[in-house]
Amino acid sequence: MAYSFPEEVLEHVFSFLSSDRDRNAVSLVCKSWYEIERWCRRRIFIGNCYAVSPDIVIRRFPEVRALEMKGKPHFADFNLVPEGWGGYVHPWIRAMSAAYPLLEEIKLKRMVVTDESLELIARSFKNFKVLVLSSCEGFTTDGLASIAANCRNLRELDLRESEVEDLSGHWLSHFPDNCTSLVSLNMSCLGSEVSFSALERLVARCPNLRTLRLNRAVPLEKLPNLLHRAPQLVELGTGAYSAEIRSDIFSNLTEAFSVCKQLKGLSGFWDAIPAFLPAMYSVCSGITSLNLSYATIQSPDLVKLVSQCRNLQRLWVLDYIEDTGLEALAASCKDLQELRVFPSDPFGAEPNVALTEQGLVSVSEGCPKLQSVLYFCRQMSNAALVTIARNRPEMIRFRLCIIEPQAPDYLTLEPLDTGFGAIVENCKELRRLSMSGLLTDKVFEYIGNHAKKLEMLSIAFAGDSDLGLHHVLSGCESLRKLEIRDCPFGDKALLANAAKLETMRSLWMSSCSVSFGACKLLGQKMPRLNVEVIDERGPPDSRPESCPVEKLYVYRTVAGRRADMPGFVWKMDGDKALSADGSGNKPREVVERLGSSYAINFCTWLSYSLQSVPNTDARIITCMGQRNLFC
Amino acid sequence: MEGMMMAHETDLNLKATELRLGLPGTDECEEMLSAAKNNKRASPETVEECGSKGGSAAKSSHDEHETAAPAPKAQIVGWPPVRSYRKKNLQTKKTESESGIYVKVSMDGAPYLRKIDLKVYNGYPELLKALETMFKLTIGEYSEREGYKGSEYAPAYEDKDGDLMLVGDVPWDMFMSSCKRLRIMKGSEARGLGGAQ
Repeated sequence: MAYSFPEEVLEHVFSFLSSDRDRNAVSLVCKSWYEIERWCRRRIFIGNCYAVSPDIVIRRFPEVRALEMKGKPHFADFNLVPEGWGGYVHPWIRAMSAAYPLLEEIKLKRMVVTDESLELIARSFKNFKVLVLSSCEGFTTDGLASIAANCRNLRELDLRESEVEDLSGHWLSHFPDNCTSLVSLNMSCLGSEVSFSALERLVARCPNLRTLRLNRAVPLEKLPNLLHRAPQLVELGTGAYSAEIRSDIFSNLTEAFSVCKQLKGLSGFWDAIPAFLPAMYSVCSGITSLNLSYATIQSPDLVKLVSQCRNLQRLWVLDYIEDTGLEALAASCKDLQELRVFPSDPFGAEPNVALTEQGLVSVSEGCPKLQSVLYFCRQMSNAALVTIARNRPEMIRFRLCIIEPQAPDYLTLEPLDTGFGAIVENCKELRRLSMSGLLTDKVFEYIGNHAKKLEMLSIAFAGDSDLGLHHVLSGCESLRKLEIRDCPFGDKALLANAAKLETMRSLWMSSCSVSFGACKLLGQKMPRLNVEVIDERGPPDSRPESCPVEKLYVYRTVAGRRADMPGFVWKMDGDKALSADGSGNKPREVVERLGSSYAINFCTWLSYSLQSVPNTDARIITCMGQRNLFC
Repeated sequence: MEGMMMAHETDLNLKATELRLGLPGTDECEEMLSAAKNNKRASPETVEECGSKGGSAAKSSHDEHETAAPAPKAQIVGWPPVRSYRKKNLQTKKTESESGIYVKVSMDGAPYLRKIDLKVYNGYPELLKALETMFKLTIGEYSEREGYKGSEYAPAYEDKDGDLMLVGDVPWDMFMSSCKRLRIMKGSEARGLGGAQ
């Protein structure tokens, strides 16, 4: 082109683009823009580590400085993914250690990280700055010692919610005396006590430390020592928040808090004793984020604390707060954006606290900026949900867990379809929804019709038939992640909407009615999907084709079959169920017969159900837009 | 899947032919509840063919709903969706609150010591009454100025620093956390503890 900019100019312009979507769009304009963009992309986000391979990434983007990646499906958080399923980061670290010597950041979620990986990171990347391991597992404190000892410019070490084999607290002492670069340290998930003097010295020599999240083993009496050495802290996670009730401990703590004028976020509070809460009062007016979800304090003390936090934007708390406490919250905290209420007794048969739907209704009424909710309770009504929906049409994330599966509206004993329907109809910006309670296919019709911006949907013990799943897959245009457990969804809707699955990151279905035969057919029809059956009963071939699989995980990929599947995972490849080594043994003809009978059945079923579903178009045959397959 | 096994029981409509003593119509509420809980789902033949593993566990939990028994339900894997580190945190809290604070109680002249759980008592009056009952004695009234007047005995305790302290001076919570053992003192030693020196 005669008037094109020189490459350097374009590169400079592209350097202002941080969003992946923008960069992906830019790279589709023409070949030269594609080339320029790929050489200057520095940050990569891979939503599913199996969607792409390290080689493909490295080949396309040679100059990456920051990688963010996710591994296991979300339901792994609730023990639904068996041990050994996968999500290993090591192949990535190995490949990147050769290809990206200048790598600075690695952020992982739900991945298996080993000490070997951590040691390789520590050795390979001379300018390594940021390590965030969120809900990861597979490593020990020895691996942390390697990172601490070798990463000279380490800025962030954040182990949030990871499962670490805690060999000793000695790892912290491996930070060299000349390490002064720490900005963020989150060790809250660790059990062992670290050397307090080592911690104290580390904190004292890092003037840029903004975030410090201690573990439970750090005693409250010693917290003032740390606070005095880091008065610039913005986020603090305390250790255990209890000590002998002594006036000197209390006054030291009060004084130490008063020195921290920049504090915006507080967390920790294990074993909290109400007597020590007033020590924090001086910082409350500046607090925007408060995580009290480990504090087993009762409502009156919670209210006293929370009503002082007038600028609170995010509150995580146990249901000890009760309806009365939430009412007080609604009255005091007008800037509240996010509320999470966790259950103090999730397995108890009877309610142990006076927390009902009313608490959430109060907050929805009193907090005009509320946009993100996670709420565990034991009763709900359609009326309450409708009220919440009408009060807060700007809701973005709504996750409701009614503890009893399939609990109906407690007032009318009807399903909660109308209530959740109101949520999706009123909250047009809704991006994430988790539902519970008694729900029929009707609610899925509402979701398919209205939830056009919905990206993630979690369903459990809901629906009546395949029509429910069909509504969701055919109606939710923005859907990226769908996770389903214990619902009567089977083959028809899945196969009829097979093409939709290529527009999504992943689909999880466990304890549903999807047959082995349908899984194979799906794998055969859709070569760009990995259709993985997880079944701990043994090879699916050993059971009839019509037998439902235990768990199904389907995701789009450009990397083909993964090489690390454990013995209980099979990839559906045409006529075969492949295990990790590529072996499989089902004769072709059976599936062909099954396939043709399926074909006839779909068309009949689909034409029948299309009559009753007004907004469905022929999404069975979709054209694949150019979408970033990494997400 | 787990819930679908229930469907054929209601199809047989055993309730209609059941002989009961109650008035007709008294069971409506319970019926409505159980009907609502067993929402209409066909149980596919395939479930029976393969015998899904998780089916029986959840089935028994639904059974217990019907009979309205308060028995502990079979736990469904991964439900409610609470992460394991949160569950662990709540569990340790429970066991901590369940274990008592046991301290030895010695009485001057008694052949053997006793042990009591301080958590059982809500305050000093209850504790003193229990000691009185246990050792068959009277302890007398506490006053800040005079200690325990009107009796041969005075309750004392050893605190964290090893000092012998008079029971009753500090708030109950503080006493519970600092008391290591109790000692009931008698006679002139006891009188020495109370009153002006």
